[in-house]
Amino acid sequence: MSAEVHVVLAGADERDLTKLSEYEAVGGYQALAKARAMGPAAVTDELNASELRGRGGAFFPTGRKWSFVPSREQNPNPHYLVINADESEPGSFKDNEILTRVPHRFIEGCLITAFAVDSKAVYIYIRGEYLEQYELLVAALEELKARPDLRGDCTIVVHRGAGAYICGEETALLDSLEGKRGQPRTKPPFPAIAGLYASPTVVNNVETIATVPPIVTMGGAEYAKFGVENSRGTRVVSISGHVERSGNFEIEPGVTLHELIYGEAFGGGIPGGHTLKAVIPGGSSTVILTGDEVEVGYDFDSLSKLRTAMGSAGVIALDDSVCMVQLGIRVSEFYEHESCGKCTPCREGTRWMTAILRKLEAGDATEHDLDLLLSVCDRINGKCLCPLGDTAAMAIASYVEKFRAEFIAHLDGGGCPFDHSPLDGVLAPVAQHAHHLGQAALV
Amino acid sequence: MSTLYERVQEVRAKYPEGTHSAVIPALRLAQEAHGWLSPDAIREVADALDVTPAYCESVASFYDQFQLEPVGAHSIEVCTNVSCALYGAQQVLEAFESELGCHAGETTEDGAVTLRTIECLGGCGWGTIVAVDGRYRHKVKPEDAAAIVSEVRA
Repeated sequence: MSAEVHVVLAGADERDLTKLSEYEAVGGYQALAKARAMGPAAVTDELNASELRGRGGAFFPTGRKWSFVPSREQNPNPHYLVINADESEPGSFKDNEILTRVPHRFIEGCLITAFAVDSKAVYIYIRGEYLEQYELLVAALEELKARPDLRGDCTIVVHRGAGAYICGEETALLDSLEGKRGQPRTKPPFPAIAGLYASPTVVNNVETIATVPPIVTMGGAEYAKFGVENSRGTRVVSISGHVERSGNFEIEPGVTLHELIYGEAFGGGIPGGHTLKAVIPGGSSTVILTGDEVEVGYDFDSLSKLRTAMGSAGVIALDDSVCMVQLGIRVSEFYEHESCGKCTPCREGTRWMTAILRKLEAGDATEHDLDLLLSVCDRINGKCLCPLGDTAAMAIASYVEKFRAEFIAHLDGGGCPFDHSPLDGVLAPVAQHAHHLGQAALV
Repeated sequence: MSTLYERVQEVRAKYPEGTHSAVIPALRLAQEAHGWLSPDAIREVADALDVTPAYCESVASFYDQFQLEPVGAHSIEVCTNVSCALYGAQQVLEAFESELGCHAGETTEDGAVTLRTIECLGGCGWGTIVAVDGRYRHKVKPEDAAAIVSEVRA
């Protein structure tokens, strides 16, 4: 398992699969024909057999999600398929790669999924910043206009967001798609029962959907041979930060995090003679691992044992030059900026986290402030509608827990012990706004 | 060329009747036409979609890409999230600040360019990512700032 496997990205190294003719030359859209011949229930059966779980971060079984959609007799409203292409998790850029390199495989997945869940209308919610990816999708859909045999009676609309991380949360995405501020809804009801326009809705991630055609082609059982128990199939993993080779790599879960960072086929090791200090394993919302914890399988069960997760598969490697308090500040500033403001613990708590961490970095904090930081984390976690605040609090608390000595070294006039850390003084958007608004100090 | 009103109606037709789904696409169209979402631009969107200007403004103010203050003709946005910062995003930002003679969050005196920091753009492995008029530049280094600025100003 020390090399890449190509299922979702298959063929993209050899051909320009953004073109319909090239995609059809490698068997593109044949899975769609096969699915239509099988019937919707059989397609869902294959998805269940494949054990595919959502690639957006929540890892929910895809086939089961589809099966929650009520029948027309139970609910006469139209069914909607909504694609979450709002990829915004710091460290993750895999959907970017998929949309850029295999847009037709993704669109074929949309058409198969719409068929399976009896939907005639697909909305692709793509983050506003993905301008070129949007243009590629529009061009690919333009090619399909001349091909009624492929698109059938299904309409696909590409809907651009306008810059809001929270819209990656599925109910916030639905509110945004309905033309509102993108704030999470209370659940239940879940989208399968009352989603877009209060109608039955399936919301799936880009990679999840781009995996559907290969599953239909090879059969669910064959796909489930990839990976390990509870983490079947392949995953496109984004590797960035202090590695020799950053980029997206399609892997079989079970490869160790050590291999992902040091393996010749993957990250290729830490540059500049530095040593690995820490790894964010699944985007900035996940619990951090120390450099000593990387001999762990990159799969759901193995990472769960370390109380962390694959999340949206954004691996960020951090070398020994990085100050963990500065990392905390930058990560906290992100969540402070992106908190939608609906729930008080998240809206206020993320701001408090940043303020306390800044005080620590400046050397103005006492041990009481460190306790206060953990207390604030605890007062966010589990007390909000959506996971934004929870994951921010858990991530920051994990920096303190795993690098406590470094936090202690910042106390009582010590200030930052790092002469030069790459995260020193980085200007975040939230600080840029505060600079203009003159925000009052909290602590 | 079609009017903003006509273009908004085209977008509106993509969504079921009686919904407000066209609000965000319409605000984007208005911003592209006017450069920013001035009170007049917001009113145009509101009129075209039979909603109140207050509703449109409440939506627009939620999203980072909507500009409720005048901005420069061009935008340069530097991602300073964790991965880009590890590649030296702050030094890239400072190079643009000195090249443009303005700070992040400001517009050059001649109104040509607005410089901003921005949250994760989803190109972490290719950092530092700089979006120039919305189009990503990969692996930008401080020494690239001068060429990008003169290209934008050209």
